Amino acid sequence: MSATHHHHEEQDFLFKYIFSQDHKMISKQFLITGFLMGFIGMVMSTLFRLQLGFPGESFWAIDFFLGSWAENGVMAPDKYLALVTMHGTIMVFFLLTAGLSGTFSNLLIPLQIGARDMASGFLNMLSYWFFFVSTIIMLISLGVEGGSASAGWTIYPPLSALPQAIPGSGLGMTLWLVAMAIFIASSLLGSLNYIVTILNLRTKGMTMTRLPLTIWAFLVTAILGVLSFPVLLSAALLLIFDRSFGTSFYLSDIYIGGQVLEHSGGSPILFEHLFWFLGHPEVYIVLLPALGITSEIVSTMSRKPIFGYRAMVTSILAIAFLSVIVWGHHMFVTGMNPFLGAVFTFTTLLIAIPSAVKVFNYITTLWKGNIIFSPAMLFSIGLVSTFISGGVTGLILGDSALDINIHDTYFVVGHFHIVMGLSAIFGMFAGVYHWFPKMFGRMMNNTIGFFHFWITIVCAYGVFFPMHFLGLAGVPRRYYTNSEFPLFDNMIDINELVTWFAIVAAFAQLLFVFNFFYSALRGPRSSQNPWRANSLEWTAPVEHIHGNWPGEIPEVHRWAYDYSKVDENGEYVSGEDFISQVVPLGPNEKDGGH
Amino acid sequence: MVALVAIVAVLLIVISAVQTLKIAELWAINKGKVIYEVTKKQNKTQALLMLVFLVAYFAFFAWQVWKWGDLMLPVSASEHGVITDRLLNITYAFIIPVFVITHIFLFWFAYKYAYNSNRKAVFFSHSNKLELIWTIIPSIALTVLILFGLSSWNEIMTPVDSEKEHVLIEVQAQQFSWNARYAGTDGKLGRAGVEFIEGVNAMGVDIKDENSKDDKIVRGEIHLPVGVPVQFVFRSIDVIHSAYMPHFRAQMNCVPGVKTQFNFVPTITTEDMKKITNNEDFNYILLCNKICGAAHYNMQMDIIVESKEDYEKWLAEQKQFAEN
Repeated sequence: MSATHHHHEEQDFLFKYIFSQDHKMISKQFLITGFLMGFIGMVMSTLFRLQLGFPGESFWAIDFFLGSWAENGVMAPDKYLALVTMHGTIMVFFLLTAGLSGTFSNLLIPLQIGARDMASGFLNMLSYWFFFVSTIIMLISLGVEGGSASAGWTIYPPLSALPQAIPGSGLGMTLWLVAMAIFIASSLLGSLNYIVTILNLRTKGMTMTRLPLTIWAFLVTAILGVLSFPVLLSAALLLIFDRSFGTSFYLSDIYIGGQVLEHSGGSPILFEHLFWFLGHPEVYIVLLPALGITSEIVSTMSRKPIFGYRAMVTSILAIAFLSVIVWGHHMFVTGMNPFLGAVFTFTTLLIAIPSAVKVFNYITTLWKGNIIFSPAMLFSIGLVSTFISGGVTGLILGDSALDINIHDTYFVVGHFHIVMGLSAIFGMFAGVYHWFPKMFGRMMNNTIGFFHFWITIVCAYGVFFPMHFLGLAGVPRRYYTNSEFPLFDNMIDINELVTWFAIVAAFAQLLFVFNFFYSALRGPRSSQNPWRANSLEWTAPVEHIHGNWPGEIPEVHRWAYDYSKVDENGEYVSGEDFISQVVPLGPNEKDGGH
Repeated sequence: MVALVAIVAVLLIVISAVQTLKIAELWAINKGKVIYEVTKKQNKTQALLMLVFLVAYFAFFAWQVWKWGDLMLPVSASEHGVITDRLLNITYAFIIPVFVITHIFLFWFAYKYAYNSNRKAVFFSHSNKLELIWTIIPSIALTVLILFGLSSWNEIMTPVDSEKEHVLIEVQAQQFSWNARYAGTDGKLGRAGVEFIEGVNAMGVDIKDENSKDDKIVRGEIHLPVGVPVQFVFRSIDVIHSAYMPHFRAQMNCVPGVKTQFNFVPTITTEDMKKITNNEDFNYILLCNKICGAAHYNMQMDIIVESKEDYEKWLAEQKQFAEN
């Protein structure tokens, strides 16, 4: 009797924590896996920053982490490229796509729309496990003969197709492609689930215009993913064919290693088109969830409705629409027809309009608010700053005539790290600080959070702002060292400064790691609605139960942003500065069109 | 041993941090606080830091411009580069004020409207008028930028009129060097392809093609005459490279299987640029700007801009292809 009982419990553990179909558990799995990958990506960047700041100097850390990739503590030039390639891949796909969307779409969609779980718990579980397998394969590729993929995260052929061109294009590249194919499957399973759930499983009264902006952002992100990731899959498959089965989709007229290759008739430009057809929407797949998360937080912590809800939704839709017709701005100098370049310049610069609207709406939400600076709020304000700082330089890069001279320089590196990298990771941090009580039933420590934010934002700008100057001086990206050019000799102190900021920023993340684990295990227990927020997830009990709400799913009677709503006498309608979505409208209360 | 000490040290730090936090939390609970709520004092400090950050961020920006401003590329050495630089300045004139003003509003509001229990936040959920204003103003600004940008782009990308005097140069990229071929007296480049690469014929020029005979292949450096349009044709024989000539505001990818082109008119000789930059060792360069392999960071060729007479003298000294 006791033996069967024991057996039963074991199964419970397995299905509760490992093969869980519960969206809340899957969300935590995505978060932990994503952060682990992000941590690896960050260590990589710190190592290659050491090489860039102090070229050719030997470091204990490089020796320790890289082993055979670095002789005597100095990394080999092709391994430098392997590091930047894997850093980019990990950060863009594993941390900021799967880690960000996987965590928050999973956690918040059912809880904020009022559903028991995702439309398909099973597909949701598969989505995580595909992601996990992809993660493992990507990590294994770091240890294979020849090293991991080294052709840049954009893996342009022929460099990525020919092992003769760079050692990493051997087995390492094969594993990269396999891992990404599985990753894409994971992303599609997740996205389809998110879309179906949002469209079909909203609780009574939860009309589309009452959805929190988080949900709008997740919905549009998922649609973008479904539209664009398959194109990357096809690009990857064709590259696998070229590499392994002798086809010539991307290859032609190549003489390498003393011989002419038989490939003929293909074009690497085709790959670039296919890649960027995903690659550019990908920027917004990374960014939109962060914008959704921070819209929610800025409103809640300002104790004010988000300004211009409908304009915010329209901007998300406009950005998403434009994002699929701008990919050519990554290819202005590939020799594409100048007319096509002109079209892409036009569509690209248009994105500035919905982006500007979002920024102004954020700022107006702060205006005459009653702001509580939780760490989540700090990171949200940080996001608005990075979104502006990185966004304005997009007007330079998106302009084909200007792009000619700064294309592929450090200006680009500075631009996209600020507007996409920092904004997305700030959004992710904000989300974790804000919904930590929903995930773990405990609160994170504010004081550590304050230090984490301020050190991070100062160092982040310290790392990426000076890169604009390097780029304007003509310094190309993906250079192992700048010391081969007398032209760049006086840039060395910029690189040193950047490296120092990068090191401090990396160590500052340990504050977060500590806070995260300490709070998850020992942190003070949370109340049901610690931020006094309106949205539906805070009506669910702190303890995770399967199905989210005991008894009936609550009915929704208003939008999510009735903060500080007052009646004609200037008194709060509900007696407090917030009104939960489940509270029916008062007899004389207007719904404001929602 | 060092590793062991390091591990022990890290463990001790973590343990002491955990204990400190616990004590701080117990202390707060003892005083009757809800310990995860942001306290009044903390909120005030954070609000103030918003203001401090705003000032510090602008100061950092200004410091960088002051400190590194003169490391930027010198004045453009090509005709179209002047247009590029003007466009860049126009764009700065838009984006720097936007950057500054939005940041002031963002951090000033954050500071000014920090939580105060005596005050109510204003329920202000939308205003069609405001939203219209800040949709239309960026639209107008962008229309101006787009128009300027596209007219510059068209001007830059128009190929050299083949009837007029010009120099035709083919630049071939390979891991990790550059070769160049001048069209010679007939003004035409002979056929070339990877199938013809053999021994000294590294550029794969077809010997049988009549147009090849007077072509001139050079390595290490190329010379350009000042004031004469130069039409470049780019090729690559292995992976994608990018021919980047920052001083001329010029860049074009070199793609295997595809011929690409770019043209510009050099306007400042190397000698004059030495004076402008106040640098005796100044040299124009062509460098690779597309990740192309392990030695990507060192794939360069010098460019020398000189008077037409000097250029012609130099070119006459170069051997014709048929002579090799």
